Amino acid sequence: MASYSTSEFKSGLKLMLDGDPCSIIENEFVKPGKGQAFNRVKLRNLKTGKVIERTFKSGDSLEGADVLDVTMQYIYSDGEFWHFMDPNTFDQKPAGADAVGDAKQWLKEEDLCEVTLYNGEPLSVSPPNFVELEITQTDPGVKGDTAGTGGKPATLSTGAVVRVPLFVQEGEVIKVDTRTGEYVGRIKN
Amino acid sequence: MTDASWRPGAALDALKARADLLRTVRAFFDGRGVLEVSTPSLAAHAVSDEHIDAIEVPGHGWLQTSPEYHMKRLLAAGSGPIYQIARAFRDGEAGARHNPEFTLLEWYRPGFDLDALVDECLALLTPLCAAGAERHRFRELFRAVTGLDPLTTTATALADRAAGAGAPAGLSGPQAVDYLMATVVEPALDPAVLTVVVDFPGWAAALAQTTEDDDGATVARRFEIYHRGLELANGYQELLDADEQARRFARDNEKRRAAGKRPMTPDPYLLAALRAGLPPCSGVALGLERLHMALSGAGRIDQVWPFPRDRA
Repeated sequence: MASYSTSEFKSGLKLMLDGDPCSIIENEFVKPGKGQAFNRVKLRNLKTGKVIERTFKSGDSLEGADVLDVTMQYIYSDGEFWHFMDPNTFDQKPAGADAVGDAKQWLKEEDLCEVTLYNGEPLSVSPPNFVELEITQTDPGVKGDTAGTGGKPATLSTGAVVRVPLFVQEGEVIKVDTRTGEYVGRIKN
Repeated sequence: MTDASWRPGAALDALKARADLLRTVRAFFDGRGVLEVSTPSLAAHAVSDEHIDAIEVPGHGWLQTSPEYHMKRLLAAGSGPIYQIARAFRDGEAGARHNPEFTLLEWYRPGFDLDALVDECLALLTPLCAAGAERHRFRELFRAVTGLDPLTTTATALADRAAGAGAPAGLSGPQAVDYLMATVVEPALDPAVLTVVVDFPGWAAALAQTTEDDDGATVARRFEIYHRGLELANGYQELLDADEQARRFARDNEKRRAAGKRPMTPDPYLLAALRAGLPPCSGVALGLERLHMALSGAGRIDQVWPFPRDRA
């Protein structure tokens, strides 16, 4: 893997830091007068999700991380692994619970997800920004309520629980923003 | 490439403000009888400073990191007081406050000592910035903010203090002072005033004369001006001694080699001009985009520079 000098640092660049793959969030160049220059870098550890701040002398370099974001289709879960397929190569990759993380509550078969591969293995999974899921359980709504004030919890086919307006009923398919976990609207058949 | 990528990043208002600023600067120097000059951006030699890297143009030489050497040759040839609004280029300097290509307002005043030049800088900047000025000696300012004397504290103690403020481990004394100055001292300055810092440590003299302060420590006849959290200007009472200049070139190159950088051939024209005789003078370089940022409150150089480097 190539190494990258601080002058090549930019947000999104994937690097190895303390043995873990990290992604640069922010890179700030600091140079006092005619003195030594520094790069103050904010990175996200791609394994733990933790944000790290580190300062390097300008000109230092770090090893690149063999990290790749690919669009893959979620196919099924066997309980232990969630299986994804590259729709172009049909190559399949199993992702463990750590890699799938919170994404698992939004995963519906055949949906396309961003899978981050580290050394060829899934490191993390991002669900689509919007998913359409069926409500499997929710209390009957109050008659006449259409404004959605307050709302009520609804359990979706994936197990996720979101707040929906009172008029939304069991068996309906709704659209959810996975970044906020919020109800967006009903899908009419 | 997205559809809007051809568009300028800076607002048209910023372009007008820059044109106004250039007019103000030219009127200021016209009124004082300082001659505007233009010197080459591309030349056979470039600066040897350990921390400044020129951009090489294969087959032609180097893009100039400042117009200093050429302007000193004009001074030695009897130009009298001169100023220049020059494009300068520095490799690897890119960030919120840096662009590899930028504009220096640089001027030289034969017969001025450092204080006289500081006064002239403030005569230009005080009305522009509508701000008062404070003067500090580097050593006292650094000590007041960090609790450490930058000239007598051991390198280890300075490096530990810098590491405590987020610096990488194992810095040299000067590197630790640089780090603390940029990350601890500068942010502690009152942004509303023009802060003039004088008497830099001797190791940071570059092309300035050195002298001894009251405690006998070597300090550089150099000043910097800060405003609104930005370093605006860097001035020297200029080194006149050709032999000392040649020694500094050699020392710079030793440091460059030690840092794994390519040594630079000392500019023989500058050395010859110093031998012929540079009149006693002081000179200053002011970052024009930085001044524009301070005046407009811009947090990023891209807001005052029409096309960011990745779309230029």
